Amino acid sequence: MLEKALEGSKKYWAWVFFLSALSAIGVYYYLQQFFYGLGITGLHRDVSWGLYIGQFTFLVGVAASAVMLVIPYYLHDFKKFGKIVILGEFLAISAVTMCILFIFVDMGQPMRITNVLLHPTPGSVMFWDSVVLMGYLVINALVGWVTLGADRKGMPPPQWIKPFIYLSIPWAISIHTVTAFLYSGVPGRHFWLTAVMAARFLASAFAGGPALLIILALIVRKLTKFDPGKEPIQALGRIVSYAMFANVFLLGLEFFTAFYSGIPGHQHPFVYLYAGLDGHAELVPLMWTSSIFAVISLTMLWVPAVRRNEGTLALACSMLFISLWIDKGFGLVIGGFVPNPFEEIHPYWPTMPEAFITLGVWAIGFLVLTFLYKIAVSVRERNIGIEIDH
Amino acid sequence: MKIYDGGKIFLGLLVFVAIATFPFTFNMVMGKGTKTPEPKTDTPAIQEYEKVNGKKECVESKEFMRTEHMQLLNNWRDSVVRDYNRGYMSNTNGKRFNMSLQNGCMQCHSNKKKFCDECHNYMAVKPYCWDCHIQPEEKEEAKS
Amino acid sequence: MSMDRRKFLKIAGISSILGFGASVASATHTIWQKGLYPPQVDKNKEALTAKRWAMVVDMSKFKTEEDVKKVVSACHQTHNVPDFRNPDDSVNRKDEIKWIWQASYERAFPGQDNKYMSEHMKEMPFFVLCNHCDNPPCVRVCPTKATFKLADGITMQDMHRCIGCRFCMAACPYGARSFNWRDPLPFIKNVNKTYPARTKGVVEKCTFCSERLSEGKIPACVEAAPQGGLLFGDMEDPNSEVRAIVSNKYTIRRKPDLGTGPAIYYLIGGGDHA
Repeated sequence: MLEKALEGSKKYWAWVFFLSALSAIGVYYYLQQFFYGLGITGLHRDVSWGLYIGQFTFLVGVAASAVMLVIPYYLHDFKKFGKIVILGEFLAISAVTMCILFIFVDMGQPMRITNVLLHPTPGSVMFWDSVVLMGYLVINALVGWVTLGADRKGMPPPQWIKPFIYLSIPWAISIHTVTAFLYSGVPGRHFWLTAVMAARFLASAFAGGPALLIILALIVRKLTKFDPGKEPIQALGRIVSYAMFANVFLLGLEFFTAFYSGIPGHQHPFVYLYAGLDGHAELVPLMWTSSIFAVISLTMLWVPAVRRNEGTLALACSMLFISLWIDKGFGLVIGGFVPNPFEEIHPYWPTMPEAFITLGVWAIGFLVLTFLYKIAVSVRERNIGIEIDH
Repeated sequence: MKIYDGGKIFLGLLVFVAIATFPFTFNMVMGKGTKTPEPKTDTPAIQEYEKVNGKKECVESKEFMRTEHMQLLNNWRDSVVRDYNRGYMSNTNGKRFNMSLQNGCMQCHSNKKKFCDECHNYMAVKPYCWDCHIQPEEKEEAKS
Repeated sequence: MSMDRRKFLKIAGISSILGFGASVASATHTIWQKGLYPPQVDKNKEALTAKRWAMVVDMSKFKTEEDVKKVVSACHQTHNVPDFRNPDDSVNRKDEIKWIWQASYERAFPGQDNKYMSEHMKEMPFFVLCNHCDNPPCVRVCPTKATFKLADGITMQDMHRCIGCRFCMAACPYGARSFNWRDPLPFIKNVNKTYPARTKGVVEKCTFCSERLSEGKIPACVEAAPQGGLLFGDMEDPNSEVRAIVSNKYTIRRKPDLGTGPAIYYLIGGGDHA
């Protein structure tokens, strides 16, 4: 099946070449970072995690969102998701690959990464994060490959893959819960010390991931002969609406606890992010963009006529994705570090090399996604009209 | 037996062999890499030790050190930093040595270029010890 | 034997995974099979030992800016801490590394000031450093045990093992840790040849001078401080000076409600205990 990724139209190869060029630029800047040190980024003593870890956090959510397809299809026999499940699983592989790459580029001594395996520390959440991420990659690769291979032969997948599929459901929940624990288990950061961190993470994951999947499915329908169908996309749209509501609601709860309790330590990060503090208002426009986009997209999704029109649905999903990307991929990390433990404001902004490395990792992720989707679509295009019962 | 495209195949094989053996042939032509490394152990500190004790003595024997000094240093590192130990009893001569690279090994072997680098350069090994540990000043060997 | 491409790729993939796994396993086996145990290794006879090292800071003994500077340079010189200050002597926030430094009262103890406090009081200097907590969040989160507790209460840093993930920096509620954002060697003003430096990509912090304690010496900052300014001792020793002060006089610690159990006690009201 791999050879399917190597056959394609001129447009396909142009896209692959474009992504490869972006990846190469990312690799070039990463080599600079490797030899100079992480000082090439905008990080400093007070904000020691930034864009890389933010992107990792956001993408773990996208990876976990495959479960929103697996649960209805495999647990509740929602046959309408039959054609689209593979797209979700392959998106998960691509997202987990990007997560692992973002962790790698963020490390100060990447050559020592095997120390995590040589000196396992069960008490450390980060140890478990690496374990579950690796496991999730393996499970999705296995499940995706086997089910697609079965499709290609026109057969239902073998029975032995079922336990792995069922395993992927709690595993998906766990990868994002463990990532949330990275934040919600440390005592000194008021912005992060909240019990609903894992719930917020899961809600935004189940909104953002399927939103991206809707956009990808529409693109796939436009560019290829593979049509996932209108019904699955509408079903995903409903899932996104509910999940986004939960996400916005939980964020509102955070605001309430911070401001009604009146505890300065809890309020200050919110004030810094959304209004500016001590003369520093660098992130205010970005955070308000995120909130406004969230409200607009949620409203659009709630109006059935708007949701049923695939054009406006795509617009709403794009705004939603951008809103969550800002909130989770950036604002969340900065809010924990600013103000610092001494209640001082030392802002952070990524540098150009940092931005190119980030872009390079996204390009590699999309390259993986492109290859996997090409394979899936090629297999499906051959089987158009044949419904295979799983 | 007819070999199709035999000319191209043998030419290709020749090119491959040339590239694969390039590291060896290059060094032979340039005249380096064929000399076995000779680490020098006659720093002033070692000569002083020899005067006092009658012979040169390292933490362990030369043969042991040659093959195991990497592992020994790794073990020392964990023992010092993580277990708070400082003294190491030699298996060879029963003496107690300070488990330290800068304040132990390099006190005698202060000539990094003529000692450590001799073998490391020959083997094309770049140990990362010196990323952190401070290299001692190279002292001129005393003329005896 | 004829084989199709899929089978070939499957076999190649599985054998390379097995081969890689086997080489990792054998490397691990080599690393783990050898260790050093007593009586082959032992501690120095002159080493200072304790059940629980702790420090008492009495800022009333520090009269001048000089007194404060001496303490900071003693630590930073001894441990080859790089100096990233800008040419005009201002702080380079981006790369700076510090193990011990001074912070104002309102910064070191946020939330404990009030609006009626004079500016003078709010700006009073206090030494801040790693608190060597009883229950350190940094040790809890480190994925490689590069930061860990020694038996005598010191929260130690193994710069060899650190992978530079900076989770400990996020976890520390006191901002006590620094990261090497770039190679520090060119920025060390006076190299101390008896102690190593660090390389880029590792986290570092105060280690309560564990290497000096091994040699029977008190920490560098304590030695450089004016008499009685910094007191260092064994909190579990009922006869130690630090125990006497903390039992009988009023001391505060930073962010005590977080449950970290810091071991740096700040004496309030000064006093004659030297």
